[in-house]
Amino acid sequence: MPMVDIAGKEYEVDEEGYLVDLSQWNEDVAKYMAVEEKVDLTESHWEVVNFLREYYAEYQIAPAVRVLTKAIGKKLGPDKGNNKYLYELFPYGPAKQACKIAGLPKPTGCI
Amino acid sequence: MLHIVNKSATERGSLDSCLAMAKSGSAVLLIEDAVYAATTGSTAAAKIQAAAAGLKVYALGPDLAARGMTGRVLDGVNVVDYSGFVDLVAEHKACQSWL
Amino acid sequence: MSDMDMEDDGAGVVKKFMFLNRKAPHGTVYALEGLEVVLITAAFDQDVSMVFTDDGVYQLLKGIDSKGIEVKDFSKTYRALEGYDIEKLYVDQASMDARGLTEDDLIVDVTVLYVSEMANLMDEQDVVISF
Repeated sequence: MPMVDIAGKEYEVDEEGYLVDLSQWNEDVAKYMAVEEKVDLTESHWEVVNFLREYYAEYQIAPAVRVLTKAIGKKLGPDKGNNKYLYELFPYGPAKQACKIAGLPKPTGCI
Repeated sequence: MLHIVNKSATERGSLDSCLAMAKSGSAVLLIEDAVYAATTGSTAAAKIQAAAAGLKVYALGPDLAARGMTGRVLDGVNVVDYSGFVDLVAEHKACQSWL
Repeated sequence: MSDMDMEDDGAGVVKKFMFLNRKAPHGTVYALEGLEVVLITAAFDQDVSMVFTDDGVYQLLKGIDSKGIEVKDFSKTYRALEGYDIEKLYVDQASMDARGLTEDDLIVDVTVLYVSEMANLMDEQDVVISF
């Protein structure tokens, strides 16, 4: 599988650029993935990225976007738990982009 | 002889086949789904306890842990780790895996 | 996760799906594959029941630590099912008894059914998928 150099360290990624070993994730990796996805990381982005990492730690999966939206609404309030908000942050899909930045594997059922 | 069983005793007959053929004094190592047989409350537990009288019965610790069974191991069953597995293979002149 | 379900218009036909799980969690890949299929199916808003019988009841045990065999602990994922609106989880009483297990040993809330009740539940289904 391909290797990428991030801040002087080598990381293995899959053919679509997802980090292979999620235990290797750190902020440098997130910033690199964000540049790849043309996302300018703000506090609001980090909030979603960190939420995804917590979700993964608890359930060992990346959530479906519908589930993510609902769970974020529950934790961060309805103004954030909706598709409009999440797609504004991650225009090419919160599933695809936020998971990649969070260092999670390619989501189950993501086509 | 070291006999190695890796199939669940509540799904397949490998443990029965093994116990029928294992001579007194030989060793039986349960790995993968076979470890369930070495836990309290399983219908296979009586077979293992009966066998433990004439055989040395071992179960692989990491496989027990991965199945949430660490706290349920039957008395008379010896839990081994991977290096214990290697030692068992080295100590016996032959191994039979009941696939 | 799927970005597709943005397009959900809710106009599809809803069928009763049963996912029947009969294998222990790590010895084969059936349990993990079955769980992934259920999570994908959840995107289609069907009426899903998950049934655990025979060695399948072992999938739901608490206290699993799979680091030693270097595989993912997907038992935690069963707790995510509620968030996917999959709330019909059934286990077979006789299978639990034969393995010395009770509801307290399981990582999620389930309904325990006798085999005759399970037979009725299976009979009501439009689709049964077995793992």
